[in-house]
Amino acid sequence: MEIYTFVLLAVLAIGSALGMILSKNTVNSALLLVLNLLSIAGVYLLLQAQFLALIQILVYAGAIMVLFLFVIMLLNIDQEESFFEKVRVKYIVAFLLGAVILGQLLYSLGGVTDLLPEISPDMEFVGTVEALGDVLYTDYLFAFEMTAILLTAAVVGALMIAQYKKKKTDDSE
Amino acid sequence: MIEIDWYLALSAIIFTIGLIGVLIRRNAIVIFMCVELMLNAVNLSLVAFSAYHGDVTGQILVFFSLAVAAAEAVIGLAIILAIFRNNLSVDITKINLLRW
Repeated sequence: MEIYTFVLLAVLAIGSALGMILSKNTVNSALLLVLNLLSIAGVYLLLQAQFLALIQILVYAGAIMVLFLFVIMLLNIDQEESFFEKVRVKYIVAFLLGAVILGQLLYSLGGVTDLLPEISPDMEFVGTVEALGDVLYTDYLFAFEMTAILLTAAVVGALMIAQYKKKKTDDSE
Repeated sequence: MIEIDWYLALSAIIFTIGLIGVLIRRNAIVIFMCVELMLNAVNLSLVAFSAYHGDVTGQILVFFSLAVAAAEAVIGLAIILAIFRNNLSVDITKINLLRW
């Protein structure tokens, strides 16, 4: 049963990722990325990481992707044609490079396959909100507070970069 | 039970798809989404190791990586917006101010 669920989620994730990079329309790409993030959240649930699965859906599939869609809507981008019309050497090189890197990753994975951990008996206690919160608010409290500062700085920086500056000449005196 | 190898293989495949997307696309926003895809693939392998070791630290790292990804998305999109305002395009071949 678990294996079937995993295969279903994996096929969904890989298919939506491929659709994302090959889709002509930017909005379709963004929606397929949402599907990909949701199926990865399902894989997290299979790994009994309940807290991270929920955070993945809330933060990634919710907040970040809404931000992406807003920017796509604001920019009103025309569709990208050059990629789909002619096959260039560049694209073939890109696919070959990807295939080489995938082969390298899978080869090194096959080399260490007997060093990988077996399933731990306390897997189901690790991913709960209690376990994560317990460690997060004791051992990693400083890093957690730094995250708050980082997010504040990001919001202020984004406002500074993206705000519309009036031209000096428009300031009538 | 599923072996951990399958999770790592899935992570590697999704990472490679994101990499190919960065290489072939010319729209800056899609390139940005591919970077998010690669971040997610790495998060997946971290969660898999954390669960199979029974150690919570890996999931804490994923939590912080999510926070950094959110900050990065906000700043990146603001930069894309600023470039679009100057250039009227997000096609990366047309953003050639620093090219000689």
